[in-house]
Amino acid sequence: MSSESQPAPRGKGRASGAELLRGKLLPWISTPVLLVLVVAVWKLVIAAFDISPYVLPQPEEVVGGMVEVVQSQGFMGHLWVTLTETLIGFAIALVLGVGMGAVLGRILWLERALRPLIVASQVVPKVALVPLFIVWFGFGMTSKIVIVAILAFFPIMLNSLLGVRSVEPGQRDVMRSLNAGRWATFWRLEYHSTLPYVFAGMEIGIVFAIIGAVVGEYLGGNQGLGYLIVVSLNALNAQQLFAVIVILTLLGFALFLAVVALKRLFIPWHESVIGVDESTT
Amino acid sequence: MRETAAAGQGVVDGRAPSGDHFIEADRITMRYTTRRSSTLALDNVTLSVAPKEFVALVGQSGCGKTTMLRILAGLIRPTEGTIRIGGQHLWHGSRRDEQTLRMLGLVFQDANLFPWYTVEDNIGLPLRLRGASKREWRTRAGELSELVQLAGFERSYPRELSGGMRQRVAIARAMSYNPEILLMDEPFGALDALTRDRMNLELQSITAATGATVAFVTHSITEAVFLADRVVLLTPRPGRIRSITPAKFERPRTLELQSDPAFQDTVRELRRQLYEDEGQDR
Ligand SMILES: Nc1ncnc2c1ncn2[C@@H]1O[C@H](COP(=O)(O)OP(=O)(O)OP(=O)(O)O)[C@@H](O)[C@H]1O
Ligand SMILES: [Mg+2]
Repeated sequence: MSSESQPAPRGKGRASGAELLRGKLLPWISTPVLLVLVVAVWKLVIAAFDISPYVLPQPEEVVGGMVEVVQSQGFMGHLWVTLTETLIGFAIALVLGVGMGAVLGRILWLERALRPLIVASQVVPKVALVPLFIVWFGFGMTSKIVIVAILAFFPIMLNSLLGVRSVEPGQRDVMRSLNAGRWATFWRLEYHSTLPYVFAGMEIGIVFAIIGAVVGEYLGGNQGLGYLIVVSLNALNAQQLFAVIVILTLLGFALFLAVVALKRLFIPWHESVIGVDESTT
Repeated sequence: MRETAAAGQGVVDGRAPSGDHFIEADRITMRYTTRRSSTLALDNVTLSVAPKEFVALVGQSGCGKTTMLRILAGLIRPTEGTIRIGGQHLWHGSRRDEQTLRMLGLVFQDANLFPWYTVEDNIGLPLRLRGASKREWRTRAGELSELVQLAGFERSYPRELSGGMRQRVAIARAMSYNPEILLMDEPFGALDALTRDRMNLELQSITAATGATVAFVTHSITEAVFLADRVVLLTPRPGRIRSITPAKFERPRTLELQSDPAFQDTVRELRRQLYEDEGQDR
């Protein structure tokens, strides 16, 4: 077999101009363009319909509002509370979700026995339960952490369960033919093939986690960015309201990117990561 | 050539004519039972392979080739019958004999590589499971990469390789611990004709060099006759041995052999039997 017919070992050819544009530069161009477009449409709508600043403030006012909010006394405290609730709740969801997903994924009869309960708890609009948790766990952080944990738990648990079930039979055969023990099979095979599913669950879970924290703060207590939204609303301060919303969006973005970064670290070999690599780096 | 009884009339004995048996499958019956149906995949199949012999299993789709190989590999336990390898029973009750398993190397139709490991890690996996030191398994992985013409790709991931290259990694992995027996299930099924020819030549030189005993499943009669010492033709529903055909051509074989009249006669005869069975099949 001649070796010259094979692609060069790990050689990465130089990307052509068009490829470079599509792959590496694209986000750097498209993102600002999109941003400018959004701002332009925003201003256009205000001008066209003559919208009052109490309903929809000008973009620059929102930016001004953000600076004001960020500098205001107590903001860091609110941010810290929301972040803490989200992260602690998410961590709990991660541990319980992966643990339970792994157990249910392996023990078929248990999953079948519990299936009605799982389906029911999925169908229940969990946000509707938030007042209940506030009654049970009080107006402090605890009730919000519980809400966050419950919201983030389901996508993580269900994906982990799916992951444990999705180990390729052919790869299992390899381990079986090598007479691998339980631990080796877990560490060399099951762990790696389940991780992508866990990360898919985490990507959904982190978004749900922030929703949980903010909704919890709407409904009870006097701390957190959700509370700040309620205060702005009551004061009919649209500028501040928009500013907090943008800040929350940025926070969500940052947390989501943190999960994606973890994913790249843990499963660099996976298609989902390779796709990201080819389009952004 | 030993033309044997047609399917259904008596049982064809697939034991090695030399009387020297390394792998012995004795009266193997395999019935798959699912909730809906029950399939008799193998019916009373007796087959043996002599030391250093190369046996090819051919037959139409669904005739039980994979089933037979998985039984030889100890991946499934036959409903009836016994497997002995080097005189040792493969199964003790529901447990498999550890020493015997270590003599087997498996190559599947899909390479079944682990995408999270590099080529080197994939090849080294069996040795790592046996507790080899890092230096040991890496050295061996390097040697084997060279043997299967993949030197320079040790650090590549499976996704960066072509189908044929992946299959070669799988072969290297199966050979990493020097198994006396190679069990291969259509290892080159997914390859183009040219690559396949190359792989066949390579497999021949590898088995000649290592003196391995091989059971090889394929769809291609030409491939079977080219590689094997004996070709076992199976018939479907239920899976039985239709005929045993010796392929006594001199080794090492070159691709020119395929235009040899004796070679072509053997291929033609096997093909005739294969189509005959298909005609019978409803
Ligand atoms: N796990 C299983 N459960 C139920 N039936 C099975 C199972 N595996 C195989 N069979 C049945 O056993 C028969 C033989 O299957 P097998 O996979 O051994 O065929 P094969 O000769 O390898 O076919 P192919 O050439 O298409 O790979 C088929 O009829 C198939 O339907
Ligand atoms: Mg098969």
